[in-house]
Amino acid sequence: MSSNKSLTELKLSPDDITGRGYMTTRLDVLIGLARKNSLWPLPFATSCCGIEFMSTMAAHYDLARFGMERLSFSPRQSDMLMVMGTISKKLAPVLQEVYLQMAEPRWVLAVGACASSGGIFDTYSVLQGIDKVIPVDVYVPGCPPRPEQIIDGVMKIQELAHKHEPLRRRNSDEYKELLSKYGIE
Amino acid sequence: MINDNTFDQTADDVVKSEKFEYNTLNLGPTHPATHGIFQNVLTMDGEFIVDSEQTVGYIHRAFEKIAERRTFYQITPLTDRLNYCSAPINNMGWFMTVEKLLGIEIPKRIQYLRVIIMELSRIADHLVCNSVIGVDTGALTPFTYIFQAREWAYEVFEEISGARMTTHIGRIGGFERNFSQRAWDKIHLFMEKYPPMLKEFENLLMRNRIFMDRTIGVGSISAERALNYGFTGPNLRAAGVDYDVRVANPYSSYDEFDFAIPVGKSGDTYDRFMVRQEEMWQSLSIVRQAIEKLDKLDDKDTFRASVPEFVLPPKEKVYNNMEALIFHFKQIMGEVEIPKTEIYHSIEGANGELGFYLIADGNRTPYRLHFRRPCFIYYQAFPEMIKGSLLSDAIVTMSSLNVIAGELDA
Amino acid sequence: MYTINNQLVNEVKETLTNKFGDAITCFEVVADMPQLTIRKDKITDVVDILLNTFGFSFLTDLCGVHYPESENELAVVYHLHNLAKNQRIRLKTFTKASDPSIPSITPLFSSANWMERETYDFYGIVFQGHPNLRRILNCDDMDYFPMRKEYALEDTTREDKDDTMFGR
Repeated sequence: MSSNKSLTELKLSPDDITGRGYMTTRLDVLIGLARKNSLWPLPFATSCCGIEFMSTMAAHYDLARFGMERLSFSPRQSDMLMVMGTISKKLAPVLQEVYLQMAEPRWVLAVGACASSGGIFDTYSVLQGIDKVIPVDVYVPGCPPRPEQIIDGVMKIQELAHKHEPLRRRNSDEYKELLSKYGIE
Repeated sequence: MINDNTFDQTADDVVKSEKFEYNTLNLGPTHPATHGIFQNVLTMDGEFIVDSEQTVGYIHRAFEKIAERRTFYQITPLTDRLNYCSAPINNMGWFMTVEKLLGIEIPKRIQYLRVIIMELSRIADHLVCNSVIGVDTGALTPFTYIFQAREWAYEVFEEISGARMTTHIGRIGGFERNFSQRAWDKIHLFMEKYPPMLKEFENLLMRNRIFMDRTIGVGSISAERALNYGFTGPNLRAAGVDYDVRVANPYSSYDEFDFAIPVGKSGDTYDRFMVRQEEMWQSLSIVRQAIEKLDKLDDKDTFRASVPEFVLPPKEKVYNNMEALIFHFKQIMGEVEIPKTEIYHSIEGANGELGFYLIADGNRTPYRLHFRRPCFIYYQAFPEMIKGSLLSDAIVTMSSLNVIAGELDA
Repeated sequence: MYTINNQLVNEVKETLTNKFGDAITCFEVVADMPQLTIRKDKITDVVDILLNTFGFSFLTDLCGVHYPESENELAVVYHLHNLAKNQRIRLKTFTKASDPSIPSITPLFSSANWMERETYDFYGIVFQGHPNLRRILNCDDMDYFPMRKEYALEDTTREDKDDTMFGR
């Protein structure tokens, strides 16, 4: 790859040693880099935000350049659950089932006001935010959010995957406590 | 011992003993091909569908109950989210209902501007449906490229109303401001760049051998059954009935425009695709005619009918002028007089006849507002349409019906 | 406002009043739509005549309304459309909330199937003769009928939204 940076600036983390033709780094940084650039999203598109997602996938605001060329509609094969649109109380158990079927490491992106907090629909049938049933990593506000905002949310998940995920987040106490609040082992 | 007759006998025995079973396949609420959240439980005989049962209501947001607590302007964002692929049409339909209730006359210029906006959003909706039929048969390229055309349409909406998709475009009596020069530039850009793109889209799919084999004869419905099931819109026209609300009950000066209504013969998926395709060309012609008519009008400034009780006056006038202050007060405090009557008004939405049944009782919120949602009504026919067909045919049929989940559940 | 085909509407009015007498309690023109109020036991016959004799072959809409102040609280409103002569008509029937049952018109119009289920789901009106009357849009285990006026819009058990702040 051609770059005008000097060799010392190509380090992935501050303690790396770089030289001509070699580089040292930590394994988790390398794995984080690989993970972040090849996240496979599961688009859980329910309503209007789903159409903005379709615009994000299309040629103008291409999401594939972030490594998301392959959308996985099977939770067993996806890393990131993008919940786009209103979730009603009828759909909440389905959403939790889908989340439970995902393998670690998994991240959740709540796109839109309805997924974050119920949005403009404060009614008897709408779940006021998906964080009532599953833990959420990044919330993208908007009704619907512009494709650039959705991409911003995705980039924040990428940052989580790269830097803030030591190899085994799932084993940390904080994470376990969070999941137990939702009744998930 | 296995000989040549073993398997024949076994098959005969099975059929005679009637021990064969159907299996159940759950085309569950979250499925990539359903383009929306609704569930079909299919009873299948191998690869053929024997019966199916649907569950809808997974994004029921109680629009009709919310509408009883909201003033007329506050209901417009709800109408946006009915058929969210073509939100401006829903907005215009709602405003026309309120104008019918209040007896407001709309000047010609505003009617032509409304026609332009409605036809642009009809094009946007048909593009989603047709490209998604392509995706379900495996053709991902037309989808990826034709969305560029939708971006140009979105830019027009964004210039006029501020939002791309859920637009809240317009106001009671017209528009919030006159179309700026930038908006006209964007409309002309759309009119220039879109026809070649649509032609390219057609070349990819319309006479494509694989696409035609997948869609001709698939998911057909006869005209009598379609009428009995309450079909409207492109689905009904593909079955052979030329009912279009723009022609039957013209609104917003559609009777002055010269356009054709494409009608199919057999009501199968290919006919629905072709009807939508031809409707997009007709919409383009309507927009061209509207732009010509606007050029010929002397009036270049009216963007809103004079409805002082529903337009907030400019703040300078409120501080200096007595009438403006009174109107401002009346609107904010909800003292505007609203007649007590019942109105049913319908428009040709992208999926069919979108109707608004409004019972007003003099308060500033409706007593009852019911949306006649075309998707909800014609989706009932889906089990009948797929009976006896293959599973992959059912998927293509579902996407050609253009079921938008927001309109299904409201 | 759309013009009314007066000849057709008068024919309909005469035939129905001759046949059903006092089951047609009211006939008026509201805005631009002729409206008939019918006693609930005769609704299927009236719709049958409109469909087969007068050509109102399209059921545009079917919905319910709740009038808590009147004696007959629950109403069902039908909108029919004669496509050939381009005339719409509205039918209304009323029923008491203590015994909300109305004959179903599903045998005549297949599109009434889901529309009646929706009306049952929202108001609790039981349609007799309906092939599959169960809730359609709300959760199956819901035990009340949400569109009735006595129930609140919001979920009253939620804790995260403060009503004083949200202006309710």
